Parts: sequence; structure tokens; C-alpha cells
Amino acid sequence: MLEIRDLHVRVDEREVLKGIDLTIARGEVHAVMGPNGSGKSTLAYALAGRDGYEVTGGTVRYRGADLLALSIEERAREGLFLAFQYPVEIPGVAGTTFLRAAVNARRRHRGERELDAMQFVKFVREKQAELNIPDDMLKRPVNVGFSGGEKKRNEVFQMALLEPTFAVLDETDSGLDIDALKMVANGVNALREPARSMLVITHYQRLLDYIVPDRVHVLAHGRIVKSGGRELALELEREGYGALTAAEAA
Amino acid sequence: MSAVDAAAETVEALGESGYKYGFVTDIESDTAPKGLDEEIVRFISAKKGDPEWLLDWRLKAYRLWERQQDEEPRWAKVSYPPIDYQDAYYYSAPKSVDRPKSLEEVDPELLATYEKLGIPLHEQEMLAGVAVDAVFDSVSVATTFKGELEKAGVLFCSISEAVEKYPELVRRYLGSVVPYSDNFYATLNSAVFTDGSFVYVPEGVRCPMELSTYFRINAANTGQFERTLIVADKGSYVSYLEGCTAPMRDEHQLHAAVVELVALDDAEIKYSTVQNWYPGDEEGRGGIYNFVTKRGACRGSRSRISWTQVETGSAITWKYPSCILQGDHSVGEFYSIAITNNRQQADTGTKMLHVGRDTRSTIVSKGISAGRAQSTYRGLVRMQGKAESARNFTQCDSLLIGDKCGAHTVPYIEVRNRSAKVEHEATTSKISDDQMDYCRQRGMSAEEAVALIVNGFCKEVLQELPMEFAVEAQKLVGLSLEGSVG
Ligand SMILES: Nc1ncnc2c1ncn2[C@@H]1O[C@H](COP(=O)(O)OP(=O)(O)OP(=O)(O)O)[C@@H](O)[C@H]1O
Ligand SMILES: [Mg+2]
Repeated sequence: MLEIRDLHVRVDEREVLKGIDLTIARGEVHAVMGPNGSGKSTLAYALAGRDGYEVTGGTVRYRGADLLALSIEERAREGLFLAFQYPVEIPGVAGTTFLRAAVNARRRHRGERELDAMQFVKFVREKQAELNIPDDMLKRPVNVGFSGGEKKRNEVFQMALLEPTFAVLDETDSGLDIDALKMVANGVNALREPARSMLVITHYQRLLDYIVPDRVHVLAHGRIVKSGGRELALELEREGYGALTAAEAA
Repeated sequence: MSAVDAAAETVEALGESGYKYGFVTDIESDTAPKGLDEEIVRFISAKKGDPEWLLDWRLKAYRLWERQQDEEPRWAKVSYPPIDYQDAYYYSAPKSVDRPKSLEEVDPELLATYEKLGIPLHEQEMLAGVAVDAVFDSVSVATTFKGELEKAGVLFCSISEAVEKYPELVRRYLGSVVPYSDNFYATLNSAVFTDGSFVYVPEGVRCPMELSTYFRINAANTGQFERTLIVADKGSYVSYLEGCTAPMRDEHQLHAAVVELVALDDAEIKYSTVQNWYPGDEEGRGGIYNFVTKRGACRGSRSRISWTQVETGSAITWKYPSCILQGDHSVGEFYSIAITNNRQQADTGTKMLHVGRDTRSTIVSKGISAGRAQSTYRGLVRMQGKAESARNFTQCDSLLIGDKCGAHTVPYIEVRNRSAKVEHEATTSKISDDQMDYCRQRGMSAEEAVALIVNGFCKEVLQELPMEFAVEAQKLVGLSLEGSVG
């Protein structure tokens, strides 16, 4: 599904990712953990194709094709989804308007008929129940005045609507209370299927109790310094990043 | 098909990019010689079959204008080379349309033109439930829905027809809100106006449908000087829509219209404009000079006048739809979106003159600048001595796209009554990269993202538009910003 080879990324004149190698097979869920500022979000943005995240070396193949050759929206239309660590507010644009534009952009890309307002409401209803998204949240402007938890739930809701092939969740568990965490995890688990892969960035092993990953990676100082099964997350929780990052820095 | 669908479909049918209304219709027209002098004014007056009093009025206006020729207003933040008023035509009428009695008599070429513009006059009459008066170059070519309006007692026709049929009404109100001496362009308009719409809604009548005028400049080197007069008698209500387009031409064309509104006791007038005159090309060649005077008088107690405008076109816009709040408890509103891209310049805003007690006004202005455009909000709020407990709220928001454009806010506030209150809020913002990336990560193109974000920015104004126009206006917002990013 996704094959990252020796990826170097520069942000603001500074090399943040210094050679990432990571392969995620079809249907797999990988977790990425690591200290603040280690480059986790940078990896997410570089995969999404944001401006300002300049790839200075390496390759990324996505479903056999060169991901880096595509613009941010082309990647999205090809099924790449990023749940933002800090979801963005768009004043005056109702949630439904935003979502319909997003869903229709993808449908156009796939040569499907666009959904009109009525059809879209029907389509949304089903998904809304699963994630307990109240109507009110869809009528309000995108993310404006949402609580931290609401913003995160809204990201997963968008993911459910857009049915991506590959999803990156950047700290989607941060700031959630226990119930919301379960809800978000259930939402994500419901989307797990053989044709869909995910990269889950988190600081807390607790999330991985709910979303059980196939692999766990530790990112420090712009490199993956350790990979393992889900027991690696438990080990990190006990011992912290200290030992790993010290070894790397040496 | 509902009017909204029709509007949406029309806009879609208009294609992918660029100015969609830039075609020229091949129609023989009847044109006055170039230039302007007393003879031309008399020529126009004769063509229109004016009564004596109207010719006199025109001549008074012309003589005043002649004396002021060098006093074109220069205070607006717009720049353009001097206009040679002798190098333009002041009268051009499609030859075949010598006042048609019904749509059947209208030249099929003309009807086809309006179809292309998305104003199928035939269908409009049958389906959309919007009465349309279409002004082509200088002459009103068709007014739809006459029958139904007559039943309600609403008079809706071209102003020439009104002069002929309802001279008393026209004489009483014409120039009563915007006198011929008001300003340079209004004076010019008073001398040479050729057509426009007239509406009279009798006492207690709620006009059963939206009334609408589409203006179209077709002929080359022709100025368009239409004059619109709307009178809402006691306790009546009318909603009026105005739309405009012009073909693409290299030279600038002058549009100097005057709109006068009069609302008597408890009457309400809602006036909406979607102005999409040709804006010129990327380098600023061609485009309409839109120098327009629009003013409404809330003469009666508890009367209300609401201006909503979406200004996306024209090379230069100079326009301040205003309200004179004479009646006690009267209400004035101004909701505006002004989008400027490339080399466009807009200096627009409003004047709210509070005369009566407990008068209220609301101003919401959204200015969007992209490319090398310059956009200025200029507004005056005046609380006169007798405006006891009057209130104004003004909100002025500017949005910049790119770093070569400019946005300016020039509020004038004059308060002569201690109990009056004026509130003013202003913001300037940019579309953030975060917002763009967020939308694009969801699959939208950069242009779609800009259109979405800008529509969100304009929401408070867009929601003031009647449904028929809202969809069209939203699409227009996107279209007019094409090429502003990426
Ligand atoms: N736009 C930017 N401009 C300047 N520096 C940046 C930018 N984005 C990221 N960086 C820097 O790159 C480094 C990695 O940042 P990144 O956001 O990827 O870390 P992270 O692992 O996601 O951290 P956290 O756990 O706090 O979310 C940091 O030192 C950060 O300051
Ligand atoms: Mg991060």
C-alpha cells in the first residue's frame, strides 16, 4: 500500500526528517509514537503533500505509483486522508457544505455522479449515528467554536464519509475524554478492512488498547529508531523515550 | 424546474472559465451621433417622446453638467485616465424594438441573447415566478408577467412607458430622492437617461413575486444611463432584483445609472443587485466604469429599505447605495459583497442619514481583494439633531488574497444627537494556508477552496439575497476569483 524509502523532509530551512523507511501493507494499521518535536506531524504533512514540507530526498510509493508527484488534492482524491492534529476553522462555511464539496470532489474524480443536497443529507445520516454527531455540529461552521474533542470526532466523521484507502490520524486521541476516545476508536475500527491501511500517530498507548496496531514505530530526531509489535507501546509506556533517544543521539 | 435549479443550471451551462457574458449580439441598432450637447439631449427626449416637463428637466440637468464638466468627483480611491465624454454614444436602441407590446413582438435575436445570459424571458414568465424587465443597451425590451402584476395592482414597466402612462406618479417622485443636481454622474444621467424600470406598489399590497431587471450593454462605445424609480406606498412590500452583464470589449464603457427608492409609512423595499459587468482583462484593458447613484428615502414612519449588493464585475465601481431615514422608527440596511480581482478597483459603501427618531441602520460590508485589485469601503453614518435614540451598527470585513492587492476602510461618523449610538467594527484577514490545505486535503481544488472560504466569509450578506439569486451569486463569487490562487 505505502512504501516510504529514505525520506528526507526540510521545513523552514531545517531538515526535520532525516531518512524514514516505512512499509505499510494492505489492511495494516501502524502506530507511530515519539517525543514532541520528533517529526511525526511533519511525516503526516509530507505524505499529505502540504506546501512548505519540502522533500529533499527519498521516495514514497502509494499503491504502486509515485505519491510525491501528486498535488495535495490529487493525493486526497486518490484516497489519502489526513486527520489533522489541529483541525482548521472555516468561518461561515457550514459543516454539510464543506463535506459535500469534499465528497463530491472525490466522486467527480472517480467519475461518479455528484450528490445533491438532498441525497447528501441521506448519505450523511447513516454515518452520523455511528459517531454520535449531532445535526447541530453539521450546521455550524466547520470547527468554529468546537471543543477540542468535538474537532477530533469531526475529523473521524469526515474520514468515515470520505472512505479513504489510506488514512493518517495525527493525535486524533489527544484531548478526548474516555467516552469520546472509545467512540473515536470504534469509528476507526469500523473502518478497518482489508483494502484500507492506516498510520496512527499517538502519544498514548491507551489508544492502542482500542485500536490494536499491527506494528509500532518510534520516531525520534527525524528517524525511526525502533519498530516492533504492539508490546513496544507498552514498553515505551513503562520506560519512556529516554533510552531510545539517548542511544540515537550518541 | 425551480428558479433555483434554473439559475444553477444556467450558471453551469455557462462553461468553465473567463467572463461568460462576453459575446456580442448582432443586432441592427438605432444610434444617436457621437458626443453630447443640447441637441443630443433633445434627440433622446424626442426619441423617448418625453412630455415638456421632462425635456425641461433634462435640459436643466444638461446645462448644469456642462458647467461642471471639469468637476468629476476625484475623492474616491480609484484612478483612471480622463473620460472623453464627447467620444461616446448616448443613445443606442435595438432597431426592431420600438416598444414591443408583448414578448411575441420581441426580436428573436434579442430573446436568444437573454437566453444565453441565463434569462430565458419566455421560460421565466412561465416557470420561475420572477417578473423580468430586460433592458438591452438603452431600451427596455420586455417586461414579463404583466397580467399577474396588474391583478395585484402593481405597476411594473419601463420608465419610458411609465412617463407615458403614469405621468403624475413619475413627475411626483422622479428626482425627489436623487435630484438632478446631486452629483456629476447623476446630473449626466438626468440629462440623457434612456430607460430603466418603474415600480409602484399600491397601499397595503404585498407584491406577489420578485421583480427583476436585467441590464445588458451590447453596442460598442455606448454608455448606459438607466434610471430606476420604485415607490412603495403605505404598508406595501416589494423585493426587486437587478442583474447586469456586458460584452467583452477593449475600450472602457460608462455606466452611470440612478436608482431612487421611496418607502412611505410601514412600507418595505428590498433591493438586491448582482453586478457582473465586464471587469476588463488581467491587465486592466477594457471593462465597465460603473458610476452609479443609488439612494432610498424612508419617508414614512416604520418604513424599511434594505440594499443588498454583490459586486463582482466592472473595471471601476463607484457606488454608495444609501438611505435617508426620515420617518420615525424607520430602518435602513446595507449588505454588501465587493469582489475585486486583477486590476479592478472598487470604492463602495453607503450613507445612512438618520433624520427621524428611533431610526436604525445596519451596515455589513465584505470586501474581497485579489490580484492587484484595490477595494475601499467608504461609509457615512450621520445622526442628525432630531435623531433621538437612533442606532447604527457597522461591520466592515476585508479579506485579502495574495499580497499585491489592497483593502481600505474609510468610515465617516457624524453624531449630532447625544442619545444616538454608533458602533463600528472592522477586520482585515487573509485566507490562511492552513484553511487552503485543509480544504485541499479533503479533495477540493485550490479554486474550489477559495470559493468555499470566500462564500463563508460573505455568508451574512449572501443570506440576505432572495433564493433565486443566492445560488447564482455563490457561483459568481467563485468564478470572479478564478486565477487568484495557485
Ligand atoms: N512550519 C514549521 N516551521 C518551522 N518549524 C517547524 C514547522 N513545522 C514543524 N517544525 C519543526 O519541526 C520539528 C518537528 O515538528 P513536528 O510537528 O513534526 O513534531 P511532532 O513529532 O508532531 O510533535 P508533537 O508531538 O508535539 O506533535 C519541530 O522542531 C518543529 O518546531
Ligand atoms: Mg505533531
